[in-house]
Amino acid sequence: MNLFRPTPEDLLPLAKTAAAEVVVRPSLSYWQNAWRRLKRNRRAVVSLYTVLLLLLFSYAAPLLFALDSSSQDLTQLSQAPSLERRSRVVDPMPWVGRFAAHSPAERLAVVENLQVVGEPHTEFVRLIWSPVAGASYYRVWRHILQPSGATDLGLPLGDTESVDQVSFEDLLKLETVTYYYSVEAVGPDGQVSPYSTVKVHPRHGISVEDAISRGLIKAEQRERAIGTEVTLKPHLLGTDYLGRDMLARLVRGGQTSLFIGVVAPLLFVSLGVVYGGLAGYLGGRIDEVMMRFADFVIALPFLLFMILFRVAMGIGPGESGIVPMLLALVLLGWPSAARLVRGQVLQLREQPFVEAARLMGAGSTYLIFRHMLPNVMGVVLVSLTFAIPSAIFTEAFLSFIGMGVAPPTPSWGSMCNDGVKSFMSHPHELLFPALMISITVLAFNLLGDGLRDALDAKIDK
Amino acid sequence: MKTYILKRLLSGLITIWFIATATFVGMHMVPGDPLANPKATSPEIQKNLEARYGLDKPLVTQYVIYLGNMLRGDFGISFTQKNRRVNDIIREHFPVSATLGVLALLIAAGGGVIWGAVTAVYRDRWPDAVIMLLVVVAVSVPSFVFAMLGQLAILKLNELMGFSLLPVAGWGSLSHMWVPALVLGLGTMAYLTRLMRSSMLEVTNADYIRTARAKGLPGLRIFFKHQLRNAILPVVTVLGPAIAAITTGGFVVELVFAIPGLGRYFVQAVQQLDYTVIMGTTVFYGAFLVLMVLAVDILYGFVDPRIRVGKRGG
Repeated sequence: MNLFRPTPEDLLPLAKTAAAEVVVRPSLSYWQNAWRRLKRNRRAVVSLYTVLLLLLFSYAAPLLFALDSSSQDLTQLSQAPSLERRSRVVDPMPWVGRFAAHSPAERLAVVENLQVVGEPHTEFVRLIWSPVAGASYYRVWRHILQPSGATDLGLPLGDTESVDQVSFEDLLKLETVTYYYSVEAVGPDGQVSPYSTVKVHPRHGISVEDAISRGLIKAEQRERAIGTEVTLKPHLLGTDYLGRDMLARLVRGGQTSLFIGVVAPLLFVSLGVVYGGLAGYLGGRIDEVMMRFADFVIALPFLLFMILFRVAMGIGPGESGIVPMLLALVLLGWPSAARLVRGQVLQLREQPFVEAARLMGAGSTYLIFRHMLPNVMGVVLVSLTFAIPSAIFTEAFLSFIGMGVAPPTPSWGSMCNDGVKSFMSHPHELLFPALMISITVLAFNLLGDGLRDALDAKIDK
Repeated sequence: MKTYILKRLLSGLITIWFIATATFVGMHMVPGDPLANPKATSPEIQKNLEARYGLDKPLVTQYVIYLGNMLRGDFGISFTQKNRRVNDIIREHFPVSATLGVLALLIAAGGGVIWGAVTAVYRDRWPDAVIMLLVVVAVSVPSFVFAMLGQLAILKLNELMGFSLLPVAGWGSLSHMWVPALVLGLGTMAYLTRLMRSSMLEVTNADYIRTARAKGLPGLRIFFKHQLRNAILPVVTVLGPAIAAITTGGFVVELVFAIPGLGRYFVQAVQQLDYTVIMGTTVFYGAFLVLMVLAVDILYGFVDPRIRVGKRGG
């Protein structure tokens, strides 16, 4: 075995060199160090970029693009997202329809030759069929699925008005989806013939008057324009139930939601810092009374009192309801930050460096601003980051039950509330705002996790 | 222990009084007059009505009457529903909310403990990664989206099976409860999973676990008797806030699934400005939550013998 056997020479001190005294690594302050650690956390960095993107989306997009979140496009209600924006210009002249003489018969036969007249589009769909002997009128149904039987024909559109009429014009809120029209003949005693079905996929149509009023065609070209195609205003993410552009509303809604979600926590965390800092710094009896009050406010059931305060403050006509919501959030949100800061300040007060500063004659102001505040900033920042998603959730929850911002001001929560009603037929109206809320909350949650890890110097590896 | 319970009970009562007062102040800030009628009522009738509801008395007297009524457990008569006392509304609809809440809490607590333990055991391997990803998603998606998705899932399932496996909405049997309770408990379950995971990891490195291992105890016995039992303790402490989250979360779930619970009536009352129902339900919920948190705290004292709560004081 070759063991190391030190000789006395090995134990002599080395000569001091200048190189040993040089600090190789740059000296980092607490915040520089935290920032360095945050940058190493990939999830936190991605979240940070996401948050910046969301802010850009809501606040910079309106500067770059003309977005109109309130104008209603009644020809494009609940449009699913698509790039197809061509529309046929049509003349919605009253249609006379088709009439045919009827002969009497014992039994009703099936309706035959059911077909569409002309091109079907969303302004009207016109149907004709051959007369059925013995029928006194016909009943027309519309379904969005293939009918599976005589009891599953969908929406009853109406009955023909005279015995001889063998046509029907559907003007009822047509969309560019596939419809199944069914027609059955009804006899004098109410007996019904077997139905026949035709599958129709209407394209988008716009009436010529509408096209003129939108400036898509000139009034003097009226006659020539009928039957041509025009390009409508694009709706990249579709429209809502009033035909308002979803993208524009998401941007405007983001302004509301992010404003409430960021400003309210900023306000109540600052209030909590002042309150808790004061309680902790003063200590003794004042501290006890102040914190007892904070305990009471914490014990209030949060959402119930959010609703109560929201009701109490009310919304006047023409107001958006953002301020009452902010106030309610601030009134109820501050105690948790106050508790946190008080605990920190109580600990700091006993720290040797604070005592040393005091012994050296530091005044209150110096102690607070030089020693207390910088040392509580870390936890405050983390609790602020976690307060933001919960404020956004609260806004969404209140808007969802109709206690949030007042229409027509959009917020992601109130858009979800609107979208719920037509979730089954037009899922995009709920999906997009819900997705925005989820992405925002997720980003702030992950950023908060990252910040907490980065600011906690003890777990540095 | 006895003094501790007494102290906590007293502070709980003061908290309930504070909630009642805050509710009173809040409701009196509401603009408008509950007796204002779109049709012109003669001043005499208006006066009589005010006298009937005690609104002609000074605010302090009204407050005293209100506190007296609350103490006797009388929440008054609904403003919008004919001949219905608020007490009846609570008595009728709270059991529904409570049933749903208990089921949701069981699902949340059970799921949280199980998933939390699983993630801790498989730390940094794929089950841990998958479950923690789901947890992050569950806390980031608003509850009403889960409620809608739950309903959609039932619809699709019924379509797929060809018959009605689960009812889409409504109330009555146990089959009505599963999906709403799961949706309701989801957020809390995610939170508890996180908590259970970190608490399990903390316990894993404890000295007594190492000792148990060194003694040669079988792994399963260590896991259940030493690790799990100690790791569950922090979960017990947050059950109080969890109950609060589940009760108020019930509003949305009851709305979406058309469940006749108290939450749905509260939202309805708020939308119709039914003053007495809003006040009564708020105070009732507040008192309920305070008592629940209190019960959990006392329970914690029994569960964890290390905590000498009595000596520490409230």
